[in-house]
Amino acid sequence: MLDYNKYLRQQKFPLIWCAGCGDGIVLKSMLRAIDKIGLSKDEICMVSGIGCSSRLTGYVDFNTLHTTHGRAIAFATGVKMAKPEMHVIVVTGDGDATAIGGNHYIHAARRNIDISVILFNNNIYGMTGGQVSPTTPIGSRASTAPFGNPENSFNISGLAEAAGASFVARGTVHDALILDKYIEKAIRKKGFSVVEVMTPCPTAYGRRNRIGDGVAMIKDLKEHSVSVRKASKMSEEELNDKVVTGILVDRERPEYTDNYNKLIERVKGSNS
Amino acid sequence: MKKDKKLPDIKINKEWCKGCAICVEFCPHDVLAMNGAYPEVVNLEACTACQLCDVRCPDFAITVNKNEQEETNEAKK
Amino acid sequence: MKQKNDQFEVKVITGNEACAEGALAAGLRFFAGYPITPSSEIAEILSMRLPAVGGKFIQMEDEIGAMGAVIGASLVGSKAMTATSGPGFSLKQENLGYAAMAEVPCVVVNVMRGGPSTGLPTLPSQSDLMQARWGTHGDHPIIALCPHGVRETYDLTIRAFNLSEKYRVPVILLLDEIIGHVNEKVIFDKKEKFELWQRETPDVPPENYLPYKFTESDVPPMVSFGKGYRFHVTGLVHDETGFPTNNSEQIIKFLQRLNRKIDRYADDIIQVHEDSEEGAKIGLFAFGSTARSAKNAVNLAREKGVKINFIRPTVLWPFPQKHVARLADQCDCIIVPEMNLGQMAHEVEWASAGKTEVIKVNRIDGEPIRPSEILDAIMERV
Ligand code: SF4
Ligand code: SF4
Ligand code: SF4
Repeated sequence: MLDYNKYLRQQKFPLIWCAGCGDGIVLKSMLRAIDKIGLSKDEICMVSGIGCSSRLTGYVDFNTLHTTHGRAIAFATGVKMAKPEMHVIVVTGDGDATAIGGNHYIHAARRNIDISVILFNNNIYGMTGGQVSPTTPIGSRASTAPFGNPENSFNISGLAEAAGASFVARGTVHDALILDKYIEKAIRKKGFSVVEVMTPCPTAYGRRNRIGDGVAMIKDLKEHSVSVRKASKMSEEELNDKVVTGILVDRERPEYTDNYNKLIERVKGSNS
Repeated sequence: MKKDKKLPDIKINKEWCKGCAICVEFCPHDVLAMNGAYPEVVNLEACTACQLCDVRCPDFAITVNKNEQEETNEAKK
Repeated sequence: MKQKNDQFEVKVITGNEACAEGALAAGLRFFAGYPITPSSEIAEILSMRLPAVGGKFIQMEDEIGAMGAVIGASLVGSKAMTATSGPGFSLKQENLGYAAMAEVPCVVVNVMRGGPSTGLPTLPSQSDLMQARWGTHGDHPIIALCPHGVRETYDLTIRAFNLSEKYRVPVILLLDEIIGHVNEKVIFDKKEKFELWQRETPDVPPENYLPYKFTESDVPPMVSFGKGYRFHVTGLVHDETGFPTNNSEQIIKFLQRLNRKIDRYADDIIQVHEDSEEGAKIGLFAFGSTARSAKNAVNLAREKGVKINFIRPTVLWPFPQKHVARLADQCDCIIVPEMNLGQMAHEVEWASAGKTEVIKVNRIDGEPIRPSEILDAIMERV
């Protein structure tokens, strides 16, 4: 197994996250993918927003940028545009990316800018104490949905697909090694890519919804995961409480910084 | 030959471990068990060095060294 | 309209155009914006001009995103700017605070229009002065410049970049709808060389680099992402290493330095044009487009033999406290005309510490203050 230490700011450990929180499992998967590709630490800019998962950037030895709530993708857009040779990876959560940051999320997908988003979906606002998020399932309990969530939830991978992302995959921390592959593909993909990772928040979601601790939640994830292939043969009703995992989108579309560089060449050419 | 096989080396870093028991629960061979706040190795012989405990430990607190080097050296002899 | 000869170029351009040109002259390489009246021309011009110099222009999905992108671009070493107006300026505040906190150089242009809210989109105002100072939450450093004409817009845009690079601070350029849209003849001396500042870079190897080091100057050297110095940037209160801290001593040290780095250089930053007369007892404090009317009023008053001490700051934040205090010592009153309900008059009152009477001349109907209105206020005191 990879010696993670070369990518870690070990002096910042132990991690801030709760016991049984899945975020660290995703972090490891990210590091294995980065190592597999063989990127140098200097060419990676890791950008995060606000929330539990967004604290990740403090622990990794890259160029790290911990931004404001929801704005990671906007900051990342500036980084990527001004320095396209940088590998820009965004770490964000369901609330960060799709509630307060929803606009940046869909428009970055529309532009198809070469940024890889690792979206930690734990169905809740963990850091602020368990408030309902755009992905909290209808009926689930949250500190601001004490009688059960009356709202419908987002399919955030579907959102990225509809908005134009080049690559979208969904995985779970239970199948962390498969996650490596999705993340690797996402980083390698020229274009906007999203890996939505279902990860447990035992503290703010699991206990309140009587699923239990991290262990119980990961087991629960395993039971509710179905592969895209299997899912294609299932009815909508059967899929109701399921997490569909796999590569959901993998397509070629013009990438934004490429397009812009071509535009520069064109403008410079016509000026000379 | 089998008798001589070097066993994997499992290390638990108690400074970083939060005692979530994920490594224990998902080990396919019941190698680990909780002992108070921390996991401990209770059945090293059963360990296949699959490293799933490492993969799922959220806190970078458990590592499994396969001792492959020694194994191949052993095999050469 | 353009006239050329070898040394001079004469152009008739607007303040918005001058701002875009000044930014390019200062080395702008990244602009992110969002359409809003009356600043949109700045974005339009730069969308045309930036690619030609290899720079990048992006119209973001909203004002918040534009400010975020500007910070991202600055962190990888591009001189970066955004331009907006009232409602957009409100939306910028969140990430403007981030730029102040993380000490990321950048320029934010606010072409002021009438507020609050959607207010008077096409009409001028000077009512975002306090927002420029305190719009984002928390004690933070800021610099705000305010030109009174097209040529000065060009010069102050360059200065805005220089100050932001020198002090690692966001600089706000306050135009107003009049300055943004007025056409004026501007003479550019092609041989004129502008001093251009670049952020100071570290002279230590990566392993010794502290991105928020306490240095003698209070402005820590800054290196761009991707140059082998890997570090952490956050909006949380951080120590010298850039990582968050909850240590009381560190918090105090950091926040004091953050604010001190502008306070202690106030004399270097502040610029005030003084037009005083020996023995004048009437003081006049005006800025931005209102200063044009004030100048006229001063001329008219002097024709009538009235002596005036006229001061016109081009820097509003930090506030030119010493200049105003001096004026207050000399004069029986200070007249402060402004297109708001008295935002700067309030500061003038504070700086003059009760030594003089502060007289407000205000307009809030989207009409410029006319010279006659200022002259009336002057003549009332004669
Ligand atoms: S609150 Fe939830 S998401 Fe946050 S660290 Fe704890 S378990 Fe993880
Ligand atoms: S998974 Fe890691 S943190 Fe959890 S008990 Fe095992 S070693 Fe400790
Ligand atoms: S390496 Fe595999 S078998 Fe060995 S303890 Fe870990 S999970 Fe169990």
